[in-house]
Formats: sequence, structure tokens, C-alpha cells
Amino acid sequence: MANAVEVRGVSKRFRIHHDKSLKERVITFGRSSHEEFFALSDINIDIAVGSTVGLLGHNGSGKSTLLKCVAGILSPTTGTIARVEKIAALLELGAGFQQDLTGRENVFLNGSILGMSKRDLEKRFDDIVAFSELDQFIDSQVKHYSSGMYVRLGFAIAVSVEPELLLIDEVLAVGDEAFQRKCLERVREFQREGRTIVFVTHAPDLVRQICDRAVVLDHGKIVLDGSPGEAVRSFREHLFSGDALAVETTTTGSGRHTGAVVRSRPTAPSAMEQRRNLKVRITDVTFEHPGLAEGRSYLLPHEPLGIRVTYDAQDRVEDVMFGIAIYDLKGNNLFGANTKIMGLEVPPAHGLGEIRFSFADVPLLDGTYLVTLAIQTRDEGVVYDWHEQQWQFEVMNPERTAGIVAMPLSVSLVENPPDPNPNLNPGPIE
Amino acid sequence: MDGLPSAARVVSARPTLPARLRRLWAYRELLVGMTRTALKVKYKNSALGFVWSMLNPALYLVVYYVVFQLILKNGLPYFTIYLLSGLLVWNLFSAALAGATGSVVTNAGLIKKVDFPREILPLAAVGAALVHFGLQVLVLFAALAAFRYNVNWSYMPLVVPSLFVLLLLAASLGILLSAINVYMRDMQHLLELVLLAWFWGTPIVWYFGLVSKAGSNRSIILLLNPVTAVTLTFQNAIYGRLSFTDKTGVYHQILPPYTNLQHLELLGVVALVSVGILWLAFVVFGRLEGNFAEEL
Repeated sequence: MANAVEVRGVSKRFRIHHDKSLKERVITFGRSSHEEFFALSDINIDIAVGSTVGLLGHNGSGKSTLLKCVAGILSPTTGTIARVEKIAALLELGAGFQQDLTGRENVFLNGSILGMSKRDLEKRFDDIVAFSELDQFIDSQVKHYSSGMYVRLGFAIAVSVEPELLLIDEVLAVGDEAFQRKCLERVREFQREGRTIVFVTHAPDLVRQICDRAVVLDHGKIVLDGSPGEAVRSFREHLFSGDALAVETTTTGSGRHTGAVVRSRPTAPSAMEQRRNLKVRITDVTFEHPGLAEGRSYLLPHEPLGIRVTYDAQDRVEDVMFGIAIYDLKGNNLFGANTKIMGLEVPPAHGLGEIRFSFADVPLLDGTYLVTLAIQTRDEGVVYDWHEQQWQFEVMNPERTAGIVAMPLSVSLVENPPDPNPNLNPGPIE
Repeated sequence: MDGLPSAARVVSARPTLPARLRRLWAYRELLVGMTRTALKVKYKNSALGFVWSMLNPALYLVVYYVVFQLILKNGLPYFTIYLLSGLLVWNLFSAALAGATGSVVTNAGLIKKVDFPREILPLAAVGAALVHFGLQVLVLFAALAAFRYNVNWSYMPLVVPSLFVLLLLAASLGILLSAINVYMRDMQHLLELVLLAWFWGTPIVWYFGLVSKAGSNRSIILLLNPVTAVTLTFQNAIYGRLSFTDKTGVYHQILPPYTNLQHLELLGVVALVSVGILWLAFVVFGRLEGNFAEEL
């Protein structure tokens, strides 16, 4: 298959200038002080015609710089980039809209900036208006548009270019859900038409949904170039190794990695947390899963998970029950149980103790899951200790299946299906 | 992988001059569109709109008339017509050059987000200045009608090539300066001063004959100013009076008694210089434009 884009040994050095005026240049004898950094270093990527490639990376990873280099907006410091001629780069929807002009006038102006002829634009004008759902507003000035309308019109114009190569930078993240769905449908249509798509995102779900290949960038270097599943996993790993997310990993006194990730929660203590009397306290929590031995902080679907909870009771407490609950980030309760439900007799607590929750199999797909731990009386009347969604663990799905529950699935075609015999077919239910 | 299809473009390499010109040509509709936009945006929401374009030379006319004709009494017959025929040329040149110089910086948002031939921006500024020129010519027509003035038809055919040469000069300098302005923003402000000096260094308010007898060294120095060749052509074609005798009977040379051919020679030299600047402008612009997006 032919390539739509070939990136060979591309590096991009940025200079951060500290002065720009003639006066300062004269004073410094033409030298201007600047700092340099490499936004991209030695990038090699071939993108086949008809493929959809996601560029993943967090802020400052160089993904947008790479996209701009491919678009021809930035020129690389070294290396070569060759690509098909007819492209549309959706780096910012509505870039170049003139605030004082009407939607109609902007369609023609923006369209010609994107390289379309007036005749083409006249032909596609109705489609553009229909897609952007702006029939009533097309003759009012775009400065009166809402941001959603602005983005819709921008996207509608950009996709009407009918490019061989479509470059998208985060723009699908804007707009309401209905519009996003519409954009995605259009992107899928592009895929069916055999066009090449490269898009930059830090939404891993989107990569899994529409890409057939993904490249993870970190600090201007390619970390991984492979299947979307692998890429999402690698991306999350880099996210956690960096300081991109406000999480801290607890370590015990000996400095051992415990695998328990404590969330920093800015929210006020929950009602249950306010009720705790701390007669029995959770002192330490350790997460155990096979990944820790391999140095990864996340679980794969169907891996076992152990949660070891150390507690301390200063005085003897007779009636003790331990509870655990697991939530997703939206706050849905995925699972909840306690020692009473599980039929475990808990002896009175006095001094240090330890209890272990062992999941033989965590049937979850991608996501961050939150853990609540509680110590109460058996009738739940007294709360000794309660930590609402205080810990989290990650699951990453190396496959392309979607959703959050890992449902074991096999698919097969039925050989020689039986003849549809009207006598054997159940009739409509009366 | 079989490599790239035949219609591929190496985006990382600096395109050759012919390739850039071809691309510029392919985007000619954008040039028209951007020119139109510049005009629309300028006078959107203003009640008088394009009338403002005409009021500008009209006001200049009144001021210069009062100062030079009534106060300083320079004695030039039909000073209004003389002034307008040079002033319109200058307005076109300065508006085109100033607009073009700032064009790349003004459109930073576009340059950072969309790939299109960047030379369009200074060229659209020149285009917008040309439309304003067209409107200001109406003021000239009004003045000609008011004074029932007879233009010098024998020079009239020269107006078209001289206008072309002026646009070529303005576009060349404009493309060059617009690129430099990205790196040295002072260029815009420096240009304002230079244009002011240039205006008074060009025979528009005063006349060519005041400074030099034809063929003298001083006239050569004067003709080193490329805009002079154009204003002289316009003044000869529209104003057309080569000399006058004042009340005391002293003879004054106003315009050099050039033939059409001599005018064309002068314009030809300016055109050659402009083409040289244009080539330089394309080279400089091509070298600098790769970094526009990060400098802006």
C-alpha cells in the first residue's frame, strides 16, 4: 500500500526569544538571547493511505507540533516530511473567521483559505449549512454566534474540502455531544471512503474507537507505535510516570512500593466520614496485583487484585465489620460487600490487625476505579472509620473492545443453519 | 509500502520559486476574497462606509489648498488638480506598502493554524489599497468636472503602465517588509517615518521644476526616487501644464517636458528595479516564512 505521509528523521527545535525590538537588537549587537528546546527529536513515521492514526501524548509531548509540521504550518529543523497534496487540517475550527462578516461570507472566505474554489463552494454551500445546522443564522455576523455554532460551521467547511488526508487536532473535544457524534460519523465516512486520517488527542477512548494504529509521543520522542490498545496502555503509563495527574503513590517506611494509589480529594468529607469515631482506624492500605512485579501500576482485565488493610484499635472493640466498595469515576457503584455479607466472623479488634480483600478476577476494562473502605458495627449503626473513594486503581485494556466490563466473548459463525421451516418457527406472541 | 503517490509534496523542503508562484496562482481566488474581506471589514458598521475613503483625499486637498495656495501663495494654476494627480498616486503607494508590511503580523492567527501561500497576505493589502485608489479617483473626476479641466490626452495611455509599475513596486517592497516585520516589529513604525520623509521627497505638494532644470544632476537625484517617475507620469497626463508665468512675469517650469518615450524609459527603469526587489522579496520571504508560525 502507498503512503499518505512519510516522516523521516524529523526534529523541531524551538527558540524562545526574550527580546524582539530593534532597539534591543542594536544594544545586544544583533544577538538575541534565547533558550532552545527540542519539541520533536528524530521522528520517523510512515502513514499508509486509508489508515487512521492517533497521536497520543500529554501536553508538551510534541504531538501538535508534529501535526503542524505535517500540515506545513511549521517547518522541521531537520529531516523531511512528504505527504499527499490535498489535505485539510482542522487545527482550530473557525481559524480565520472574520468576526464582522456573516456566516455565508465566512464560508466562502474560509473555504478559499482552505484551498477550495468559489465554484466548489457554491456547489457545497447547502451541504455546509445543513451540516452546521445554521440555516437561520447563516446571514448573521459570526461574532453573534455561540461557540458551538462557530465550531459547527468551522467543521462543516473543513470537511467539505474532501481531502485525501485529514489532520485533526483535539477539535472533536469541543461542541456538545450530539455534534461530537455527528463529527465522528463524518470521520467514519471518511474512513469508509478510504481517506487517511491523523488525529491528535489525549482521549484514549477515542483512539480505541476509531484508530487502527496509534503513536504515543513523550517529550518529542516516539514511545510506542502500534495497536490502539497497546498505545493507550503505554500512554497511561507515561501519564502516571509523569506529574500529569495529581496522584501520589504511598510508600511504606521501608520505601517499598505498595501499589496503593491515594487520591488527592479536594472535596469535603462525606457524611459517613463525618460520623467516624476512629475507635478502629485504618492505618495502611496495600494493593497487590501481578503487574507490580513487572513494574506496571495498572491491572490487565481479569487479573487478580488483593487489598490488604491494616487497622488499629486502641481499646478492645467487640463488634467489628469491614466493608469495601468500588466505584467508577462517574460515581457508579460497581461492587460492594462487607464481612457480614461474606459470612466472615470477625474477632474483636484490639491493637494492630490486618484484613485482606482478594478478588480472584477483576472483570473490568479501561478506566480508573475508586475504592471505599469502611469499618463499622455489624448493624452499621456506629462508624469506626470510613474512607470514601480514597484509593484508586487502574485497569488497561490491551484489546480494542469497548466499555468497562470485561465480558468474556467468543464469536463464531454457525455452519449450515437449519432451514427456516415455518412449522418449527414460533409464531408471533399473541 | 510503495512510497508516496505521485501527487506528493515534500512539505519540509523550501519550495522552489516556480512552485511557489504556481501555488500562488492556484490561490488567486483567495487573493480576491481577502481583498474583498479587508474592505468589507474596514467599513462594516460604519454609516458612511466607502465615503470615508474619498473624504481622506478631499480633506488633504482642502488643507493643502489653504496652506499652499492661500497662505504661501505658490501661484501654481489649478493647484487642486496638480495636487490630486500626485496625491492619489502617493496614497495608493503608502496605503499598499503600510498595509502589506503589517499584513503577516496582523493575520498571525491564520498563519498559525492554516497552511496557505503566505504571500497572499501582503498582496491582498495591495489589492485593498487599489480599491481605495479607485474610489479616490472619483474625487479627482469630481474636481476635474468642477473646474471643467482638460486633461492631457496624449499622455493618458501612460497611466496604465505607470499604475502597474507602482503596484509592482509596492507589492515587492510590501512582501519583503512583511516578512522582516515578523522578526523586527519596529519595521512598521520605522516605515511610518520613512513614508513621511518619502512623501515630502516626492514632487506632490511641490513641483519637479522647483528643484531641477531638466537633465541636470539634481533631476537625476530626484529620479532616483522610484515613485517620482510614476507621479510625474500622472501629473503630466492629468495636470498637463509644463510651465506657467507668474504675476511678476517670471517663467516657472512645473513638469519636465518628457516625451512619452522618455516617460516609458523612466517607468521601465523603475519596473526593472521593482522586479529585482520582487525577486529579493520572494527569496527573503521564502527563507523566513517557515518560521512565521512560531515567531508570531
